Amino acid sequence: MSRVSGATSAPPRFTPRKGFSEWFDRNLKWIFTTPAVLFVALLIAFPIGYTVYLSLTNAQGSVTRPSDFVGLDNYVYWLTDTERFWPAVGRTAYFTLMALGLELVFGLAIAMLLRKTFRGQGFVRVLILLPLVATPVAVGMMWLLIFEPSIGFANTVMGWLNLPDQGWLSDKDQALNTVIFIDVWQWTPMIVLIALAGLSTLSDEPDEAARVDGANAWQRFRHITLPLLIPTLGAAAILRAIDALKTFDILYATKGRGGGSSHEVETLNILAYGESFEYSQYGSASALLMLFFMLIVIVLATLAILRKKGTRV
Amino acid sequence: MTASTLRVPKRRRAKPAVIVGGAARAVGILLVVFLFLVPLVWMLLASLKTNLEVVDPTKLFNFTPTINNYVTVLQEQQFLPYILNSFIVATGATAIALLLGLPAAYAIARYKITNATAFVLLARVIPGVSLLIPWYYIFSSIGLVGTYGVLILTHIFVTMPLIVAIMTSFFEGLPGELEEAAQIDGASKIAAFVRIVLPLSVPGIATATILSFIFSWNNFLFALVLSNQNTRTLPVAISNFTSYASVDWGGLMAASVIITVPVMLIALFSQKYVVSGLTAGATKG
Repeated sequence: MSRVSGATSAPPRFTPRKGFSEWFDRNLKWIFTTPAVLFVALLIAFPIGYTVYLSLTNAQGSVTRPSDFVGLDNYVYWLTDTERFWPAVGRTAYFTLMALGLELVFGLAIAMLLRKTFRGQGFVRVLILLPLVATPVAVGMMWLLIFEPSIGFANTVMGWLNLPDQGWLSDKDQALNTVIFIDVWQWTPMIVLIALAGLSTLSDEPDEAARVDGANAWQRFRHITLPLLIPTLGAAAILRAIDALKTFDILYATKGRGGGSSHEVETLNILAYGESFEYSQYGSASALLMLFFMLIVIVLATLAILRKKGTRV
Repeated sequence: MTASTLRVPKRRRAKPAVIVGGAARAVGILLVVFLFLVPLVWMLLASLKTNLEVVDPTKLFNFTPTINNYVTVLQEQQFLPYILNSFIVATGATAIALLLGLPAAYAIARYKITNATAFVLLARVIPGVSLLIPWYYIFSSIGLVGTYGVLILTHIFVTMPLIVAIMTSFFEGLPGELEEAAQIDGASKIAAFVRIVLPLSVPGIATATILSFIFSWNNFLFALVLSNQNTRTLPVAISNFTSYASVDWGGLMAASVIITVPVMLIALFSQKYVVSGLTAGATKG
């Protein structure tokens, strides 16, 4: 009965395919998600499984060369390697902590500067977008020229300031800090944009109330704006931490293979890339990547826990 | 009464501090502009100099601009095919990711599939190199390394999570009443999605498309391993510049300008979309 009336009220062209269309509607949830999930499963889950398998073998050289099962040897090899592995862990941690810390501080400071309207605000907001969208490899090349010790602009500026010339990227003690500078230059705007978006959702009332009560600008920032902004900054920090840990492009563009001649900017990602695609040690590289992956998960879990604690307090 | 008369002089006294604060703020803003603009301007200037002028610090601004570097890059280094390659890969990876990602994002938003967020995050967390090893194994054993297909396929790994993340939050903000009304009128759910939801989502789709294109265009690692001489993308082509004994700085800067200008133009003309896409992940949580 109701079926007949339903069929007549519907536009005629839907009626012939009603059976199919109903089935489609009922299963839309799965039909819509399956292709994407399948794609990810094939392109991510399977490769991850394969990496785990390779990490337990001595696969090397040509991809067609048969390999033997070696158990946890590769893991033992890396965990006892104090020449390349542990320094790379240290550099990865140092790079990530320094870059993330500086980006959060500068990003928040710049967001506070740009918060209220001023003449040319539109221009400044477009400008800070440019480093973000610029191709990281090209950004690396750009800074490579600027930091060139004899012809670069950086040492010209040092000259203006009456400071001695620096080796920057070519000095093995300064290279890591210099690439951190490049990362901060490129990614601070990300924190600025996220902080500005967070600031725009805050109401003015608590701030006004504190102002009436005589709180100065710093006190208002420290006790009102900052706590309200913490959830947003926490999310931004997690996103940045993931990408900073995996930084590859600017390191490879500025220092090339192995993070420079004395591995001065060799992070875990650079080390893993070299091990796999320069030395073709696929087995040990896979083990290294599993260790790297575990490190990322640990860092993320720590950040997530910190964030939860922060929001609860 | 007494309170208000007391407050007036207080405000007057505060005025010089406000002016000082305003001046400090202006200086701060100028410093920010300087720090972000100068390197880019420097790159542009160097790309217009001869190699003798690039290495001469006294020729900072007083030089006659030349486009010779660009001619060299495009003709001798044959950058045109690389530009085309980058364009093909970014367009292909964006189109397929939209095709797969839009329905998935819609289902995630409407049926509140929470695991999907974790799944998108997973794609961001995994180091690219750890996927590259098995990819390289598989694709080289079936002889696909160096094809556009493989590059597009791997770039979808970058573009699809981005599209799903942006579009899920967009669809969540879209009221469900319109689709329900369409269904009451007899349209199937898929018809409602195609004819009602998608046209309403143009701003969100624009954001997702633009960012996806930029991220694919900028990607270096995947093409570094999986492309060959014919399918090489721009970032890989540029990285090869420094492997020569003496660096052609003018040419290198011209190549860097060529690769960054398209994405910067996109960002300039669609600033609103780019900003909302970049901040989408963080401001929601």
